[in-house]
Amino acid sequence: MRFSALKRDERAGYEGHIVPASSLLEVAKALRDEDGFDLLSSVTAVDYLTDNEEEESFFEVVYHLYKSTGGGAEVLRVQVPRENPVVPSLVELYPGADFQEREAWDLMGIKFEGHPDLRRILMWEGFAGHPLRKDWKEVYFEEEAKPFGNRWPGGQVYRVEDQNPYGKNNQYPDGFDPESWVETEDPLLYENLEKAAREYTEDIDTEQVVVNLGPQHPSTHGVFRMAVRLDGETIVALKPVMGYLHRNHEKIGERNTYIMNMPFTDRLDYLASMSNNFGYALAVEKLMGDKVAPPERAEYLRVIMAELTRISNHLWAIGFLLNDLGAFFTPALYAIEERELILDIFEATAGSRMMCNYFRFGGVARDLPAGILPRMKDLVNERLPRKIDELDLYLSENELVRSRGEGVGIITPEDAIAFSATGPVLRASGVPYDIRRADPYSIYDRFKFDVAVRYHGDVYDRYMIRVDEMRQSLRILKQALKDLPEGEILTGHNPYQVRVPAGEAYGRVEGPKGELGYYIVSNGKPSPWRYHVRAPSFINLTILEKMCVGQKVADVVVNLGSIDIVLGEVDR
Amino acid sequence: MTEINASPNMNSSGYEMPPEMRQNIAITTLDKIWNMGRRYSVWPMMFGLACCAIEMICTAASRYDLARFGMEVMRPSPRQSDLMIVSGTVTKKMIPQIVRLYNQMPEPKYVLAMGACASGGGPFKEGYNVVSGVDKYIPVDVYVPGCPPTPQALLHGLMKLQEKIDSESITSVRWYQKEAIEAIPVPILGPDIIDPRDFPTIKSLTQGKPAAAEPAAETA
Ligand code: SF4
Repeated sequence: MRFSALKRDERAGYEGHIVPASSLLEVAKALRDEDGFDLLSSVTAVDYLTDNEEEESFFEVVYHLYKSTGGGAEVLRVQVPRENPVVPSLVELYPGADFQEREAWDLMGIKFEGHPDLRRILMWEGFAGHPLRKDWKEVYFEEEAKPFGNRWPGGQVYRVEDQNPYGKNNQYPDGFDPESWVETEDPLLYENLEKAAREYTEDIDTEQVVVNLGPQHPSTHGVFRMAVRLDGETIVALKPVMGYLHRNHEKIGERNTYIMNMPFTDRLDYLASMSNNFGYALAVEKLMGDKVAPPERAEYLRVIMAELTRISNHLWAIGFLLNDLGAFFTPALYAIEERELILDIFEATAGSRMMCNYFRFGGVARDLPAGILPRMKDLVNERLPRKIDELDLYLSENELVRSRGEGVGIITPEDAIAFSATGPVLRASGVPYDIRRADPYSIYDRFKFDVAVRYHGDVYDRYMIRVDEMRQSLRILKQALKDLPEGEILTGHNPYQVRVPAGEAYGRVEGPKGELGYYIVSNGKPSPWRYHVRAPSFINLTILEKMCVGQKVADVVVNLGSIDIVLGEVDR
Repeated sequence: MTEINASPNMNSSGYEMPPEMRQNIAITTLDKIWNMGRRYSVWPMMFGLACCAIEMICTAASRYDLARFGMEVMRPSPRQSDLMIVSGTVTKKMIPQIVRLYNQMPEPKYVLAMGACASGGGPFKEGYNVVSGVDKYIPVDVYVPGCPPTPQALLHGLMKLQEKIDSESITSVRWYQKEAIEAIPVPILGPDIIDPRDFPTIKSLTQGKPAAAEPAAETA
């Protein structure tokens, strides 16, 4: 690289470059403008805390940059001291860094200088501490890592809440007086909302109102909240508020052993558990190396399950997008009917309808049970193509869908890339970026399929692209089911505990909602040192404000529905 | 009366009917009539929290068909609903809203904790933002185990709720008593979630100790 400031990362198992905080902006700008790394995929931070006297503790902010034309990553790292960590914000260059930097501030306590709106994002303003720091302990803290010791000391079962004075999961700092406490979360939000509104309108004479949609709202797809500032019916500012389902996936994941995290990944995007398993398995396998390369049959089963998941997810997304458009529940009922058939296959194979926990490092957990293959073939070759055609026939030319979808919530390709949108949201804006092609994993390079692209970037195209993608998934499925070889499904035996060498890995898959990435740092111990999920739903939301400003309030719901979020993944 | 077919136990014991009138007349108690009307028209609130909500929607959809129980009328507004299905992980950030929604529901109201999370914290119990069971804040009538409970399990839970309704009597239910029913105090987002009912305990434990060296995090 041309920059003298860049230093190759010499640690074993690491790749990429270390950048001093002072030259981060300059390096990132050059990478973006000259080398074409225009897609900032993931921003996260790692707390390298050590009690070894000779080594230094520090925070490291890790950036994964990709080209929207495909290829591997450029990894940048900025190391800052643990006391008063400050890193320049990349929001100016990559607006997609917005929420991710806020997350790093919230959970890790790293300040991003120049960030326009650095508030907490998953926890609330006023919460004590930054929970992902290694020296921050939760209330129910028992031991650094699982498996925990005996829960039956002296033959008596105990529950952790019995050891808490409040009988709950609560703790308060010393000297805290509950009566003089003032909540700051909402006032700060409204202040920022007003600031954003002022930037938008010149005419501040008209009265503007603030409307809160959510967190309990029938059309927000879960516990998501949008604070909207309206001028008449026009949206002048919008701030998404999330964290209502923040389940501390990452903190728990850093106490779990590697294999224990697999069922937790199911609960990220609970409509697509198989894809979540896939990404996590890939990331850990990357760290473990060739000795866990999955056998042929397992690779096929993985692809089959991932594509079935994509179909069931898109069916759901379309059904509920139509809900948002006002076609209440009828299309969803038809979509759910087909989804149930796919869930039956999952239940027969993995044992659970939704939380499949099916992948293992080096393969999959179970083989297909007897008699299920003909059913799958029937579903893929006969029933689903017909049903998807039906859906297309009745919905795509529907007056309601067209007039409420066309020209609404337009995202230009430049914006889509800059805001780090991935998946159907990006491809509906005319950017043919699909990780199955751009950076192939597993055995996707063997199948014939097209990357679905649409060019208008509006709600209608985001709906249509899901129909297209289901058809492409069917194509893959047909080939995979035809070629499915016999043989082993797991390399080695089903492990209770795996050995993962020290190092880092970023494994990513094209999930139904976009790029699902897992960033894992191992220090050779049985649990990951850092476990971060790059959640597509979360990052696709960054562009929501831009999509909605200037439109009518009724379109907010449709715009949100067309992004297709799942709160389990947004908040993690 | 078609109700006789709907609920074969309509007749109260102790009143013998001549056989020729059994299909037309029933002698029963007010409680039974009352409860029958309510058990077949429990309107749940349209309120999903997490993964379990997906299974709840599936239960309401074509295959499992909640309408068979008279419960398909999901109301988006708490003021029109009788049942809150807490379908998913309850977080500290969300619990003030849940308590508020619960307070807004008119009596009679029921709460069904769906899944491991709502019942006791579930797989995420140890998390710093997770409430170990919604019953730490609001009273729960039925717990349905599972992660997620299958639609069948949820239906079973709803039938249990119907049984509970059957066992009620209008002379003793709390909403017909003289005393007003107290609203549950809404938790506050403090340095950690604060249940106003815990104020005395918190004060006794934190006061008198020196203030923490590090002030609560500020915005940059
Ligand atoms: S019980 Fe399981 S399925 Fe239900 S919300 Fe909790 S984690 Fe999700």
